[in-house]
Amino acid sequence: MPPLGGIERQPRGFGVALVLLAAVPAVWYAWAIYSDFVLGTRYLGSDPIKEAEHAYGAWTLRLLLASLVITPMRRLTGWNWLAKHRRTLGLYAFAYGVLHLSVWAILDVQLIIDDLVGWDVVWADLTKRPFITIGMLCLVLMVPLAVTSTKGMIKRLGKTWAKLHRVVYVIAVLGIVHFFMAVKLDIREPGVYALILAVLLGWRVREWRQRASAAAVVSA
Amino acid sequence: MRPSDHPKLPSSEITPESSYLDRRSFLVAAGVIGVGLAGAGKLRAAAAQQGGAQGAPVARGTPFGLQPDDRPTPWEDVTGYNNFYEFGTSKEDPKANAQQFRTRPWTVKVDGLCDKPGDYALEDFLKPAKIEDRIYRMRCVEAWSMVIPWRGIQLKDVIDRAQPRASAKFVELTTLNDPRQMPGQRGGLSFINWPYVEGLRLDEARNPLTMLATGVYGRDLPNQNGAPLRLVVPWKYGFKGVKSIVRIRFAETAPRTAWQVAAPSEYGFFANVNPAVDHPRWSQATERRIGEFRRRPTLPFNGYAEQVASMYAGMDLRRNY
Repeated sequence: MPPLGGIERQPRGFGVALVLLAAVPAVWYAWAIYSDFVLGTRYLGSDPIKEAEHAYGAWTLRLLLASLVITPMRRLTGWNWLAKHRRTLGLYAFAYGVLHLSVWAILDVQLIIDDLVGWDVVWADLTKRPFITIGMLCLVLMVPLAVTSTKGMIKRLGKTWAKLHRVVYVIAVLGIVHFFMAVKLDIREPGVYALILAVLLGWRVREWRQRASAAAVVSA
Repeated sequence: MRPSDHPKLPSSEITPESSYLDRRSFLVAAGVIGVGLAGAGKLRAAAAQQGGAQGAPVARGTPFGLQPDDRPTPWEDVTGYNNFYEFGTSKEDPKANAQQFRTRPWTVKVDGLCDKPGDYALEDFLKPAKIEDRIYRMRCVEAWSMVIPWRGIQLKDVIDRAQPRASAKFVELTTLNDPRQMPGQRGGLSFINWPYVEGLRLDEARNPLTMLATGVYGRDLPNQNGAPLRLVVPWKYGFKGVKSIVRIRFAETAPRTAWQVAAPSEYGFFANVNPAVDHPRWSQATERRIGEFRRRPTLPFNGYAEQVASMYAGMDLRRNY
């Protein structure tokens, strides 16, 4: 497909804008929690902690999906400069995952700040409630990806890097499963994410098949 | 006669507002100054006490089963954070979508195994009963809670009037089914088998704590809170509190309730608040009081064990969840 005309080169300031923009929800929800509880505002409604917890979880998935959009987008548009921003999106997804876990553990369950709910209860949550187990597993799987996201690591790991980072597909699937299991019965939002992921994975499968058949033709 | 037109309660029925509120305000102030962020959510509770700041009414009524640090949940939260799936699944949907809902004229059908069945205009249905203001704790199955000043009648009065037969063991209460007015009942995405049905064992329904509410904060129920008539059972999870009731039926067997049908492994018939029995997806041991920062321990029967525990003597509450 021919590249769409226009922005074949990166617009000025795109990288900085992306870094700043992706931080907006993190800063906003942190401020809003503080403001709602201390200043008496109602930015996050009646249950600010739950609202922020869910928002950070949703942004984890949105940024994860956004990172998976980069490659198909490059192929479709020819905007290859997008490639280097995949790391920004991936690292932000990880950061939002950490925020999601932190709000859950510190503000929702209130570990550390209170002893009403003990570590034993949280451990039981992590091991006995499948949706929490799966969510935690997602975050744990993101750690090696975040750690190996530096240029040095990419070079050092070579081909292994690409293989390792395919774990992101597993994380995305499990993350959406976690969301499905967490909601009561209204599955519309996780449904939309699942649909988007299905399209993104479907595109890749088609791509791999085409490449495989092209390779077969060459070797024949 | 509209519920709000009923004669004022004798003042002896109501805790003197000033002393009640003064004590609370003191606690609120102490909380805010003393505990910093931890006590901070109480700012909102303080606003509820002083009331009227933005035309919000002041909580009034006889406290039932309140703990020393329980204070009424602000009007905005009570009337803006609701589970009423007939008007949408998010907590803000009911307030947004229920404003055009017509609650007059309204008919309540009383039928099933009773000697005095009938279709009553709401006004006639309420007329013989005594309207009371009572402040109750409310614990949602989703592990949040409120303290709500209800206005209403005892369900017992309605039952006595209907004269249930000896064979009647259960009461079934049903919400209006009207997809034209209730957007949540339209479309294929409904996971609840409408209409919403709830039920109580007859002794539970006759317990003096069990109310049919017609108002909150001394006003008629806002539509999003289940106008014009809803069930309030303070020792059970909030979903038992069926809203916008059109039918009360006496039955020999336990009705199949809406959530039992939708998710039988998660929601049982009794749904008594019980910190020892977890929901499959979360612990019920603690709760967050809306408007407060700190979690609170959840109390057996939501703090009403003294009044209701005897009804369940000898029952395995782990199995009868």
